[in-house]
Amino acid sequence: MTHVHVALTVNGEPTEVAFAPYKTLLEVLREDLNLCGTKHGCELGECGACAVLLDGTPVLSCLVLGVACDGAAVTTVEGLARDGRLHPLQDTFADLGAAQCGYCTPGFLVTAKALLDEHPQPTREQIKEALSGNLCRCTGYQQIFEAVEAAIGRTSQAQGHRS
Amino acid sequence: MNTIGTPRRRVDARAKVTGQTRFADDLMLPRMLHCKLLRSTVPHARIVRVDATRAQRRPGVHLVLTGDDFPIPYGILPVSQDEHALARGRVRFVGDPVAAVIARDELTAFEALDLIDVEYEPLRTFASPEESLAHDEPRIHDYGDRGNIHKLVSLSFGDVDAAFAASDRVFDDVFFYQGNTHLPIEQHAAVAARDPDGKLTLWSSTQTPHYVHRALARALDIPPAQVRVVATPNGGGFGGKSDPFNHEIVVAKAALVLDRPVKICLTREEVFYCHRGRHPVVMRLRTGVRNDGTITGMHVQTLLDGGAYGSYGVASTFYTGALQTVTYHIPAYAFQGCRVFTNKPPCGPKRGHGTPQTRFGQEIQLDKIAEALKLDPADLRLRIVERPDTLTANYLRVGTIGLAECIRRVTTASDWGTRFRRLPAGRGIGLACSSYLSGAGLPIYWNDMPHSGVQLKLDRSGGVTAFCGATEIGQGSDDVLVGCVAEVLGIDPSDVRAVTGDTDLTPVDLGSYSSRVTLMMGNAAIQAAERARDLLADAVSRKLGVPTDRLVFAGRRVFDTENADAGVAFAEAVQLAEAAFGTIGTVGSYTPPRSAARFKGGGVGPSPTYSYSAAVVEVEIDPATGWIRVPKVWIAHDIGRALNPTLVRGQVEGSVYMAIGEALMEEQTFRRLRPRLSDALVHKFPSMLEYKSPTTLDMPEVWTELVEHPDPNGPFGAKEVGQGPLLPVMPAVANAVYDAIGVRIDEVPITPEKILKALDAKSAGRPARYGPAAFPAIDWPEALQVPPPWEGGDGRAHPSPDRPLASRHVPATEAVRR
Amino acid sequence: MMRLPEFRFVAPRSIEEAVDTLASHPPGEAMIVAGGTDLLPNMKRRQQTPRTLVGLARIAALRAVANGDAATAGVTLGAGLTLTDIVRDRHIAEHYTALWQAASQVATPHLRNMGTLGGNICLDTRCNYYDQNYEWRKAIDFCMKRDDRAVDRGATQVCWVATSSPRCLAVSSTDTAPALMSLGAEVTLASAAGKRRLPLDDLYRNDGIHYLTRRPDELVTEVRLPPRIGWRSTYWKLRRRGSFDFPVLSVAAAVRTGADGAVEDARIVLGAVASRPIVAAAASASLVGGPLDDDAIARAAELAAQPARPMDNTDFTLVWRKRVTRAYVTSALRELRGDRMARAAQVVR
Repeated sequence: MTHVHVALTVNGEPTEVAFAPYKTLLEVLREDLNLCGTKHGCELGECGACAVLLDGTPVLSCLVLGVACDGAAVTTVEGLARDGRLHPLQDTFADLGAAQCGYCTPGFLVTAKALLDEHPQPTREQIKEALSGNLCRCTGYQQIFEAVEAAIGRTSQAQGHRS
Repeated sequence: MNTIGTPRRRVDARAKVTGQTRFADDLMLPRMLHCKLLRSTVPHARIVRVDATRAQRRPGVHLVLTGDDFPIPYGILPVSQDEHALARGRVRFVGDPVAAVIARDELTAFEALDLIDVEYEPLRTFASPEESLAHDEPRIHDYGDRGNIHKLVSLSFGDVDAAFAASDRVFDDVFFYQGNTHLPIEQHAAVAARDPDGKLTLWSSTQTPHYVHRALARALDIPPAQVRVVATPNGGGFGGKSDPFNHEIVVAKAALVLDRPVKICLTREEVFYCHRGRHPVVMRLRTGVRNDGTITGMHVQTLLDGGAYGSYGVASTFYTGALQTVTYHIPAYAFQGCRVFTNKPPCGPKRGHGTPQTRFGQEIQLDKIAEALKLDPADLRLRIVERPDTLTANYLRVGTIGLAECIRRVTTASDWGTRFRRLPAGRGIGLACSSYLSGAGLPIYWNDMPHSGVQLKLDRSGGVTAFCGATEIGQGSDDVLVGCVAEVLGIDPSDVRAVTGDTDLTPVDLGSYSSRVTLMMGNAAIQAAERARDLLADAVSRKLGVPTDRLVFAGRRVFDTENADAGVAFAEAVQLAEAAFGTIGTVGSYTPPRSAARFKGGGVGPSPTYSYSAAVVEVEIDPATGWIRVPKVWIAHDIGRALNPTLVRGQVEGSVYMAIGEALMEEQTFRRLRPRLSDALVHKFPSMLEYKSPTTLDMPEVWTELVEHPDPNGPFGAKEVGQGPLLPVMPAVANAVYDAIGVRIDEVPITPEKILKALDAKSAGRPARYGPAAFPAIDWPEALQVPPPWEGGDGRAHPSPDRPLASRHVPATEAVRR
Repeated sequence: MMRLPEFRFVAPRSIEEAVDTLASHPPGEAMIVAGGTDLLPNMKRRQQTPRTLVGLARIAALRAVANGDAATAGVTLGAGLTLTDIVRDRHIAEHYTALWQAASQVATPHLRNMGTLGGNICLDTRCNYYDQNYEWRKAIDFCMKRDDRAVDRGATQVCWVATSSPRCLAVSSTDTAPALMSLGAEVTLASAAGKRRLPLDDLYRNDGIHYLTRRPDELVTEVRLPPRIGWRSTYWKLRRRGSFDFPVLSVAAAVRTGADGAVEDARIVLGAVASRPIVAAAASASLVGGPLDDDAIARAAELAAQPARPMDNTDFTLVWRKRVTRAYVTSALRELRGDRMARAAQVVR
């Protein structure tokens, strides 16, 4: 089957990519753009591991058609650090034990980033709610909540960019 | 201590938060092909014919493999070599791999599966352990103890019947623990390729690269020296990636045949078929007590639904009866266990391996005993806690034991004394305790070699590389390795690079299972680092003219303890040593102490040291619907010493999380269609949507406290933490339910339906309980008699087992006391 | 990794273009994809394998909201609005609480960011014997809710949920539809032949296969809600976990009470107890004319539970779901009366 050609912005960089037209955004990112930071645990929208930001909004890349992404802006975990500095969420996740096996971590990070972009001072309940579409089998979530809370206030000073 | 004991960022954290950790499915090699497995759609059948002609002709398909390509069996245990990479002549469950397609891309491989024609001749479907006990034929396997019974165990330590006769009360309860699965978020994946020199490399999300190495060499009949297995960081394991798997052997074979890299990544459904998860267990516990709560004797019987293959099942069977004795003093103990084959995905080791099931029953029964004897459950347990430095009835050596302190910490924190039996209707709290191994005393295959080895390479730059076969599965083993080395050498963890889980580059570590890595690898790392430190100290001593015993390694310096200014930088110390002795490399290894047990089966249970946990769980129950919510868990864990408290807390909370899932909602269950209409027996819901893993909104608040009294056998005094803290939570939930509404739920998961049924029974005047009615009748073998230490035993079985274990034949109806 | 089958993708820019595309394909060959959260998993499991996918994301007209005067005009919601759009609409939260609650409890935040109102209304019916991979369905020799390939192989034409059932018993699992029905919603369907508007109630049939009266060439374009001054509404959802899960029972209730506290109008709708949302007509009628006292609520709860026919094809046991129906109707009505109700089984956003 003929490849389709799509132009989109990935982590702030204009990107053109050709791929088999049945592919989801997840497959395009991992297999055609070599951005393997985005993970997958079910490919059916049942785990949240493949979350990315599409025009700033958390979505599940396993259920987004690649062909439908022409003109879109995608942010993956690879796009969180800027100018050689980790995003504050990456720092707090690393420091506070929020990443154990690290497999669900990219999905949690981009989802938490979107939360802090929209609500710079979320409550614990808002954090739980925003992350309720991401499953983690390692941590029991508590250190993840604490890491998001620890990043509150540090995001605006340190980076504050939206993608 | 500079590194050890300080909460700090784990060494692999940066890679993980930037998405740079390379999991197996992230590996993309030039010319790589993709593999998919065709799996059986029937539960039990003879394979009459496999015709792959149409699939082979499909454009883009490079190779089709079938059972004919894999004549040699394998399996994790030497006594259960009962698996073939692809089925030969027989399929044993829906999901058993039958054929493999290797193609240019995954879609092509998947679509070609449908072009393989398989003709099956159905055999009787065994859906339950009862069916397997009832019918010896057809046998699911042609080995095992009898018919479809895989393993029968009967052990007796002292005269339990006499103990019961001398008791004030004997409690007799039956429990059921439903099976459940690990559900790592990462699906198993593997890539195999020939190196340019022709050797085979397999990268795989495995917890046990050493065992996979052995299995690959065996199953493919190639010299082990020609095989390299690299364990990629696991995206969660929990025991589910501890067996050598079909897909690993298949891609290895395909890479050899095609001389191209071949990758496979399982779908979520296939991960449910790999399983090796918690065995469903029916159990009967009889416990004799005196009126003061002292235990006089205990008799445990378990029936395990093993699924279609052996896996770790023999060990799992022993584990259901191994660790009862290390928490509370039990003067006489008997255990009978039975594992049967059924036509379902094989069960194996999941976090707690075989012990959570019986611990669940034991801790609920203790709650019942306390109620009957009008004792506070915490006081009762404190009264009977096993003493330190004790050899138990079944010859397990208890060294340090922080259980009493764990109990005191959680009861204080939860305000137990004022809340137990005093909360408003519908709310309750429950207590339970547990213990777990810090590594198994024996390896999977019999040998006298070390269980873990570490090599250090010291660079003249001051950098250190630590090599170890241990596998990072998220638990933080790389961090433990680096932390131990950095501590001994007085350098920063960032100065140490870990190279792990690679059978070509690293010395053997047996794998990330049985909570063994921190203790065994940690001790090996300390030994290697101390040997390096001794070399450096020797060289520095000569240079400074200071005796070696006055030298301190700290802050990247080696200096005189009596004059801190007199010293050299660590890098200079390495240079001095290298000048003096040549290239600096050291090794360390660890072999567990020899077990006191000398009887057959005594290999399961011994450990260098045991961790202990106590948990209090609070529940809220809506009596109209039975809905149960757990708002809070208090847990204290006897860790010996926390090497990195951030990681330790993460293991405790993660264990509580998995335990809450098992207690309330997770179950691996199956659907048997009406036998009149169909032979089908399928996993009820092999998906992440219907297999219920708790979300952020279902997770209780967890209060964690660590009890730290360094254990002499642990590295810097550390014990395990990855599995033990899971164990007390499930029975504590059940005990809290009783406190809240006065009904006993004697099985997991504890669902609203079961609670409502128990409430119905209670209001109808029937026993206020939900759980199994009876333990099935099993024809047990003669018990192996092992006199306990206090009866002059030496750990060996009695030469002539002339004293039969009473109640050998347990009538099915007699089992339930209330 | 599970892969989609091959398909052709078209992305019309207008409703007209979309319905023309649908009209130009034989029935079943082209399917509509909006958020993709329902259809794409089904395609990966090979339950549906359309040759053409018609993507709606670029049709701005489907994302329009027309808020009229709440007293007279009600509100018109474009079918392409995401569920998150609905949740963020203060007007809906205030005047159409049941819809807001239902939308806010669909699946997960990510899926609500993707899934649309139209998609949720048209959500495929669900069943544990059907929502499985191809090989799994093959292992039970398929079922009545068949896919194309099963037909080729002459698979069993049986509903495994109840083998004597003449029809498929897959479960209506939409959250928003019961809420919308309790609020008196209408939907507009567009096709190349024109538009038609019908009560949402009439969009559904109690048949797990043919659960919609929508023709394959029709597109749901908007949902109209009448003014609801004086009404209070609520939505209670039963599911195992606080997120992800489809409802295994839901109760939408809307009540208008007069100044004297007597019920003037009431509408109770049950979700996930049949192949379509079920209007509990007798229960609703029983409330009219009297106050929402304990007796009236108990009577209505009993009446409402009667038409509920949960089957053994979702999470939880059917006996228990049936029993919880009474408890949930009671709780919903008590909440509308003003009682403070703890929602043990759910999170209210």
